[in-house]
Amino acid sequence: MSKKIIATTSLAGCFGCHMSILDIDERILQLIELVEFNKSPVDDIKKFTKQVDIGIIEGGCCNSENVEVLKYFRENCNILVSLGECAIMGGLPAMRNGIPVEECLQEAYLDGPTVSLNKEKILPNDPELPMILEKVFPCHEVVKVDYFLPGCPPRADLIWDALVALVTGNEMDLPYEVVKFD
Amino acid sequence: MKEKVVEIISKYNGDRSRLMDILLDIHDWQGYVDDASVDVLASELGISAAEVNETISFYHFFSNKPRAKYNIYLNDSITACMRGRAQVEQAFENECGIKFGTVSADGVFGLYDTSCQGMNDQGPAAIINDLVFTNLTPYRVKALVDGMKEGKEIKDLVYEANGDGNNADPDMQVMVQNHIRKGGMLLDKNFEPYAVVNNMLKDKSPEDVIQIVQDSNLRGRGGAGFPTGLKWRFGRRVEGEHRVIICNADEGEPGTFKDRVMLTEFPELVFEGMAIAAYATGADIGLVYLRYEYRYMLDFLNRKLQEMRDANALGKDIGGIKDFNFDIRIQLGAGAYVCGEESALIESLEGKRGEPRDKPPFPVEKGYLDYPTIVNNVETLAATVKILQNGSEWFTSFGTKDSHGTKLLSVSGDCRFPGIYEVEWGTSIREVLQMCGAENVQAIQVGGPSGVLIGTRDIDHLNKTELMNWYKPSGMMTAEKFFDRKLSYSDLPTGGSMIIFNKDRNLLEEVVMNFMDFFIEESCGSCSTCRSLPQIMKEKLEKILSGAGVRQDIDDLLSWGKVIKVSRCGLGQTAANPILSSILNFRHLYEEHIQAMTDYDNTFDMEGLVKASCDFVGRKPVFHNS
Ligand SMILES: Cc1cc2nc3c(=O)[nH]c(=O)nc-3n(C[C@H](O)[C@H](O)[C@H](O)COP(=O)(O)O)c2cc1C
Ligand code: SF4
Repeated sequence: MSKKIIATTSLAGCFGCHMSILDIDERILQLIELVEFNKSPVDDIKKFTKQVDIGIIEGGCCNSENVEVLKYFRENCNILVSLGECAIMGGLPAMRNGIPVEECLQEAYLDGPTVSLNKEKILPNDPELPMILEKVFPCHEVVKVDYFLPGCPPRADLIWDALVALVTGNEMDLPYEVVKFD
Repeated sequence: MKEKVVEIISKYNGDRSRLMDILLDIHDWQGYVDDASVDVLASELGISAAEVNETISFYHFFSNKPRAKYNIYLNDSITACMRGRAQVEQAFENECGIKFGTVSADGVFGLYDTSCQGMNDQGPAAIINDLVFTNLTPYRVKALVDGMKEGKEIKDLVYEANGDGNNADPDMQVMVQNHIRKGGMLLDKNFEPYAVVNNMLKDKSPEDVIQIVQDSNLRGRGGAGFPTGLKWRFGRRVEGEHRVIICNADEGEPGTFKDRVMLTEFPELVFEGMAIAAYATGADIGLVYLRYEYRYMLDFLNRKLQEMRDANALGKDIGGIKDFNFDIRIQLGAGAYVCGEESALIESLEGKRGEPRDKPPFPVEKGYLDYPTIVNNVETLAATVKILQNGSEWFTSFGTKDSHGTKLLSVSGDCRFPGIYEVEWGTSIREVLQMCGAENVQAIQVGGPSGVLIGTRDIDHLNKTELMNWYKPSGMMTAEKFFDRKLSYSDLPTGGSMIIFNKDRNLLEEVVMNFMDFFIEESCGSCSTCRSLPQIMKEKLEKILSGAGVRQDIDDLLSWGKVIKVSRCGLGQTAANPILSSILNFRHLYEEHIQAMTDYDNTFDMEGLVKASCDFVGRKPVFHNS
């Protein structure tokens, strides 16, 4: 059996989900037997070098770059998985969704108590910078997403089981404790 | 000012469970509940200000901001919309010079949207300073508002003669019409009030009474259809210092108005039913929870209760039966559909937010002030009188094998004779349509928004197993023509609301959207499923109607409809029904809008979404092709 190819990325997330991937501990050695990594912060490959089987997305979309990366993943991955609360629901960043984006920028760069050093009242407007979206979006509202792994972060065992299921093509065991939310 | 609030509180003996009445009195006095009054209430009643505020904010007819001299609550139920509500709304806005949801700067006018007021057969209707105005037209609106501008008394602005029957009673005097189109055992003026309580009960033990009701197979008419005799038996079995009979007159399901007519024309029957229930279960406390929209009946009903006391059918040693003591108090609601749910109703009766309780314990075990409590619908209670009078065998001779007696139907929508029809169980939809003069019918909403939308199509060709998976009210999958379906607990159960739509109506855009808005508005917000999913599902439907929908969107709606069933009470559990039953019976209306060639469309518009932030920071948007 040829190795499955995996790619991962973190969009508007905190890298906690990636930390959780690393929490599979020594099983990472087993994982390396099963899969090959392509574009991912794990191996620092920046561009896809081939079509990938499974793309794992942490974080939702809060700016234009997130959207571009997500679309890039969709084009290059056969299966896309939203990993964790932010990718699935927008998560903590989406708490700004009830506030107009102008007010957020105003507070973050001009009015907030910690911006006293911004004496010239500069707003980040370099054309090189990603553009902020009006709202934070979960990934499946931007591209088609095939699977969702809930948790904040999802437990390492859950990630492990899901990866094994995807790689081996077996059904995954999802007991009640895993999908109940309160 | 503080003195006035203290005075109101002492009128209710500082009883925290009477907070609803206290707030109503404060409203009558100054139109709203200000912060200072909230503080007085909190300290005098020994509760937190938050508890007072959460109660005020929960109910539609309470406010913590000043309301106007003339408060106009315009009904937004679907039939009102079908009868020209949009023009009426526009006329109110033009004449008053303000938008709905606001109060004019001079404090003269306040305009508010309101859910169904139980006037579906004579809408659009509005409640203005507690008085009901029916059959509104832009012309009438202008006359009304002109009168208000001149500062006239609201009752001098009534433009139609008083309604029929007791609607013209000196204590009522409203233009509401009963529209009784077909009578039966309940809607029968030929009866002697309190005959059962005064003459018959003394020969029967409470156990006998329960047995008779149980033998009659009477089932609750409030919608859920629980066997009444059994409920009484449970209530009797539980020990308690007091036991409580509650008559549920909240009648909030859009499209029903039969309890209004029962209470207008046959209050004796309803109250006598409560007394019978009290005798059977050993209850001594009686409460009627009357929806605020029917406040115009309050004086009339209180007079009827006094007459009943005078006739020894209420009070002490009722009907000459020693120690049979029972009295009834009417509690007004304040505008919340969910308060029709029995445990929410009890919370409200205790002066709290009408938030449903977790069950068990059920009200029969632990209800009003933790006493064993029996909640019955207006119509159920009335039927028990006829059963006691004529016997259970007589009663079971009406109806079908599993559904006995008659049912009051509230018929509205596209038909010539909207109104109340008392029919035997087992009557088919087709027969009802013929009775009420409905032609060119496209669909009928049976049981209100929480019920089902049925059509004329044959359903043989649908994939039944697939559909059974997500939606199975009993008998839903018979291969009959829908209109031949019979009103019965096994085929088409109903609380009595029937709204008819003709072929010119746009079912999804007009009807389903209206119903979803209703649930979104009326959810108490306690369960995340019921708080969010109706909104999310409505947005999905909007997406489909906009032409951006894909097949997956319909599947999503169906699977979310399953998730919402875990909600705590019936409101959430049925809140997806407008969408689910329209997909089931009118799937082609959805398919028409679906894009056939794509399996994903998010309508995600990056350019539009970055515009606000780019403008704010002062930069040009740059798009890369990834
Ligand atoms: C959201 C909701 C609203 C309800 N509204 C009413 C109502 O307005 N009137 C009513 O009698 N029952 C209503 N019910 C049903 C009551 O909870 C209860 O089952 C009924 O009053 C019991 O009386 P019955 O057995 O005589 O039908 C409602 C239930 C739910 C879940
Ligand atoms: S289902 Fe809805 S109305 Fe009922 S308790 Fe839950 S949130 Fe409240």
